[in-house]
Amino acid sequence: MRFLTRGGRSPKPRASLRRHRAARPLLLGLSLLFVGTLYAALTPAAPSSAEGATDQQLVAQGKNLFAVNCASCHGLNAEGLAQQGAPSLTNVGAAAVDFQVRTGRMPMANPLAQAPRKENVFTDDEIAALAAYVASLGDGPGIPTEDQYNPAGLSPEDVARGGELFRTNCSACHNFKGAGGALPNGLVAPSLQESTPKEVYEALRTGPGQMPVFAAGAVPDDDVKSIIGYLEQVNATPSAGLTLGGLGPVSEGFWAWVVGIGGLVLFAVWIASRGARA
Amino acid sequence: MNDPQTDLPVPDPGLEEHPPRFTDVDDAAADRAYKQIVGMLAAVPVLVVAFLVVYFAVPRDAELVLFGANLKMQTTLLGLTAGVATLLIGISAIHWARMLMSDEEIVGDRHGAASPPEARERVLTDLETGIEASGIRRRKLLGTGMAGALGMMALPAVVSLADMGPWPTAELRAKTIEKTIWAEGVHLVNDVTFTRLKATELVVGQLVNAQPETLQEYHGAALQQQKAKASIIVVRMDPNSIRIPESRRDWQVDGILCYSKICTHVGCPISLWEQQTHHLLCPCHQSTFDLGNSGVVVFGPAARALPQLPITTDAEGYLVARSDFTVPVGPSYFERDSSKDFQEGDR
Repeated sequence: MRFLTRGGRSPKPRASLRRHRAARPLLLGLSLLFVGTLYAALTPAAPSSAEGATDQQLVAQGKNLFAVNCASCHGLNAEGLAQQGAPSLTNVGAAAVDFQVRTGRMPMANPLAQAPRKENVFTDDEIAALAAYVASLGDGPGIPTEDQYNPAGLSPEDVARGGELFRTNCSACHNFKGAGGALPNGLVAPSLQESTPKEVYEALRTGPGQMPVFAAGAVPDDDVKSIIGYLEQVNATPSAGLTLGGLGPVSEGFWAWVVGIGGLVLFAVWIASRGARA
Repeated sequence: MNDPQTDLPVPDPGLEEHPPRFTDVDDAAADRAYKQIVGMLAAVPVLVVAFLVVYFAVPRDAELVLFGANLKMQTTLLGLTAGVATLLIGISAIHWARMLMSDEEIVGDRHGAASPPEARERVLTDLETGIEASGIRRRKLLGTGMAGALGMMALPAVVSLADMGPWPTAELRAKTIEKTIWAEGVHLVNDVTFTRLKATELVVGQLVNAQPETLQEYHGAALQQQKAKASIIVVRMDPNSIRIPESRRDWQVDGILCYSKICTHVGCPISLWEQQTHHLLCPCHQSTFDLGNSGVVVFGPAARALPQLPITTDAEGYLVARSDFTVPVGPSYFERDSSKDFQEGDR
């Protein structure tokens, strides 16, 4: 307080300002800003000094968020903890963080089960900070820009080729219309019907969980766009009647055997029963 | 141990006691059932009229969302009215039979399955007379000649059926089922797009569904035949996390391994690969192969490891095959030699 009072009396004090009611709070604010800027300018920069000041702040913010939300499983330096089943994040890139956090898969409640899609609890800024921090640790795919994944303007031929690519590369796990499917040991390939184009792009490039990576060396951006275009078209096409999950013969067979044959069995039992007697 | 009285394994339980139905003893109950049946039958004309009204009155493109499903209003209502009407006819008929039709139990005795002795005697006599009259006992060549002639008539059928395809001799098998279009220097290309694969552009954890570049030279049935044998998957794994046997050290490029896509059980194409466990799962019968261990079977009905394709890079770094597969791809067949298949523990 004494310091502030002295500040108020600096070189050419103007009577009106010095006596003004707002002088003290204003000065307090200005000094804090000054100290803060000085601190930010003087603190040691992150190893990759190529990035600008704002990026470094983002990384620093992300590091703090990481320590609070992720480090209990992935380790303080994102080195991973094998006994938690948490992989090292040093080379996963910003796209993996954006995908995992934005879809609510991370942070996960039960470390050994499959991370389910759930409500995301982070703001866009916080996700960007986390992604910037993890990206600063090593190599890895970055967050895609809209022109990399937006399927707008695809020709019907492109969409048809996207369908061919989808059935060749994706349908083994995700089903021919992206409805998802079962994997060994209780795991599932999730449905893609709720996924945004950006999420599909990021999943292809980063290979979350057991999913293989489909990097640009084999599936260039144009092919990814075609695949996304196909998925959008499939999802937009209304199916006639009850889809039964769109899972193919398994769910259809289940209905036919349990509901269809089961109903007939109940009728047969009713027809043959003696009923109540006097 | 048979029952002494009937000479049957279990005693004759006789007829069950037959208590009357409620509708037999209670007129009010019978009236109720009567009204129920007539009520159901009376609903049928109403539903039929509703069907006709829906047919003409409901527009064809009207939509209806029911339990989250997009349905066509008209077809849904047509199905409901006609279906419920049919169901009501059936239910009322059964209800009628159970409640109001006569409930008497009638015993009808079955006769034995065997013919009476005199009929059997007569058949045997007739047969003996017939054989005697045919002269076959005195002139024996008649029977032999007829049997021989009929037997020879089977030969044209056997020969023409056997000639429907080439005999699968060892020589023919080596040229067809045991050979694919993979050969030294054939480039590995993406399925669908047919772009070449550069080793340095594949990352750890990557899966590529691939084909031989020469597949593009085939068309029609030949294309399908070659594709069914030559389809492959290319995976890249961290070389430190997998087991590469000594004999296959130069079959791979920095952890990029290439396997047949055709399951060795009954030949489904498989690309369901888990990048963390390195397991490849066949969706048809759950056979599971460990691609981090030369494709050996870790689960399921497949009996043989997934064949691995030896690969290397060309001068520009693109992936090429070093040779054809060293064992036949796909499911087993009778004459298949399994001695060259990779087995757990091989070096």
